[in-house]
Amino acid sequence: MSTTAPAPAPDATKEEPALKPSKDEGDGSSWVAKLTLLFVCVLFTIPTFGLLISSFRDPQAIRQTGWWTVITGGETFSLDNYTTVLNAGMGESFVNSLTVAIPATVIPIMAAAFAAYAFAWMDFKGREFLFVIFVGLLVVPLQVALIPLTRLYNTVGINNDFVKLWLAHTGFGMPLAVYILRNYIGSLPREIIESAKVDGASHFATFWRLILPLSVPALAAFAIFQFLWTWNDYLVALVFMTSGAEVVTVTLAELVGSRGQDWHLLTAGAFISMVVPLIVFFALQRFFVRGLTAGSVKG
Amino acid sequence: MAVAISGVVAVVLGVGGALLLFWGLNAVVERLPKAQEELLKPYVFIGPAMAVVGVFLLYPSILTVWYSFQTRIGTPNQEFTLNNYVYLFTSSELRDSFINNALWILVVPAGAVAIGLLVAVLADRLRPTSEKIAKSLIFMPMAISFVGASTIWLFMYAWRPEGVDQFGLITAIATGLGAFPSEPIIQNTSFRLNSFALMAVMIWLQAGFAMVLLSAAIKNVPGDTIEAARIDGASELQIFWRVTVPQIRSTIVVVTTTILILVLKVFDIPRVMTSGNFNTNVIANVYYDLAFTFGDRGRASVVVVALIVLTLPFMYINIKRFREQEAMR
Repeated sequence: MSTTAPAPAPDATKEEPALKPSKDEGDGSSWVAKLTLLFVCVLFTIPTFGLLISSFRDPQAIRQTGWWTVITGGETFSLDNYTTVLNAGMGESFVNSLTVAIPATVIPIMAAAFAAYAFAWMDFKGREFLFVIFVGLLVVPLQVALIPLTRLYNTVGINNDFVKLWLAHTGFGMPLAVYILRNYIGSLPREIIESAKVDGASHFATFWRLILPLSVPALAAFAIFQFLWTWNDYLVALVFMTSGAEVVTVTLAELVGSRGQDWHLLTAGAFISMVVPLIVFFALQRFFVRGLTAGSVKG
Repeated sequence: MAVAISGVVAVVLGVGGALLLFWGLNAVVERLPKAQEELLKPYVFIGPAMAVVGVFLLYPSILTVWYSFQTRIGTPNQEFTLNNYVYLFTSSELRDSFINNALWILVVPAGAVAIGLLVAVLADRLRPTSEKIAKSLIFMPMAISFVGASTIWLFMYAWRPEGVDQFGLITAIATGLGAFPSEPIIQNTSFRLNSFALMAVMIWLQAGFAMVLLSAAIKNVPGDTIEAARIDGASELQIFWRVTVPQIRSTIVVVTTTILILVLKVFDIPRVMTSGNFNTNVIANVYYDLAFTFGDRGRASVVVVALIVLTLPFMYINIKRFREQEAMR
């Protein structure tokens, strides 16, 4: 994945800006370029924008006139739709989603980091073969695990929905975690590890005092990807969560199915389901980009 | 509240437990003679991660292949059968879903890459602040869940009978242009218009991902190759196709295959928007219904086996690329 590795944040600095501007800057064609870009940006933003505006409108108004008619004025906006949908189960689902996503993000990290260190800096038999298993598993469709895991949970007697999801997400996230961390830890300078060895540090001490603190950017990239992935997941939650303890995606999908015309609920509900990922997106864009680009190969 | 507390407990137990496990195992191994310690320690470090993928991915894969040859799974009458494979190759429902998936594979990666490339190239000419804003707007949908995106676009496609105000933007625009659709777009099966309406959602979600990677690649294209072409009198379009594109080809391939793998398993969007009705069904949704609506584990497993077989080439490519990188390390 060397081609995906650079993936800088959108604000990556340009080298040599002087060479980049096209020669026709200033004449007509650069305006064509700007207008095209503006058009695409508007096109991509309007769906979310329309949803957001609508979520503050009166329930009757939403399905009688288009949301763009609000520019004519005279409409009152309120948070009523949010109150309604939060009380209709979305509030509980929001807490459930957090409860699923945070442990499912944190739990795999430690095991993955230890494994990544071993794969990067320890010599042992079968090292490459075992790591190739992780690389291969990156693209395995996770559908493969759903029926067997349902049975396994039954046999072992795991009845708690949250535990089922924490374990499943830990398993599904592990190949990616090991892969990202190993690539990062493997790229640390050899001298650091060797000087620690010369000083008599054990592997455990080297890992704990040296490697882990140095790996924070990679840990953050994985954590953000895994958090968004588990927060936005629908399929795994649908399979392992019994009704009554639903996450935001499942609740929203259920609302679409059962109350598909109640757009005041759907618009506000959709926005509640999106607000956490959007905050993560705007606050941590640099890590977010790195995590997503490294993680998008995940099955 | 109780739920939140259990979450906190899980984090503490999960992280603390993992640390204790490593610390304990490490302490045990360190008591061994030096030679054995050196031999065993790597396996202590990779052990928990290996165990996790073993239980949650490897064992299930093997079980799934085994199930694909079984019928009446979980009953005393469970037995060997090839009927699931007969079903895989003869079911008209599956065939229609495979055709839809094939369409998704043809349209979505190409669409996302085309838009991503367009934005990456155009934004590269802007001042840094404008570039950043433009790219953020295109990338933002990446943060939204497939279910959330489906809801957003159902609202865009919303339809009401002729004569009343339309509140779905797409339907309203069509009506304004004098082309009122006589039925909702997501139910319109002519030319599979509804499938394309669903694909638009995925393109909307993935174009930003394509843009970010392609933009990074474009910025790495040496400026002097472009300048040389410009001095030779090449037009901007010629420079793009003959200088820039060849130099970012490997990124285009990576982005395309990544989106392709994603689309192969697309589930949420058809599930939420049409439930697979109106000829929009896809393999992953057939799998879900077989496994969890009808409880036919044999047939569900054979569908997963088909999915695995389709991802094998990409697994091979990934491993090959990894080996090449290792050779260079």
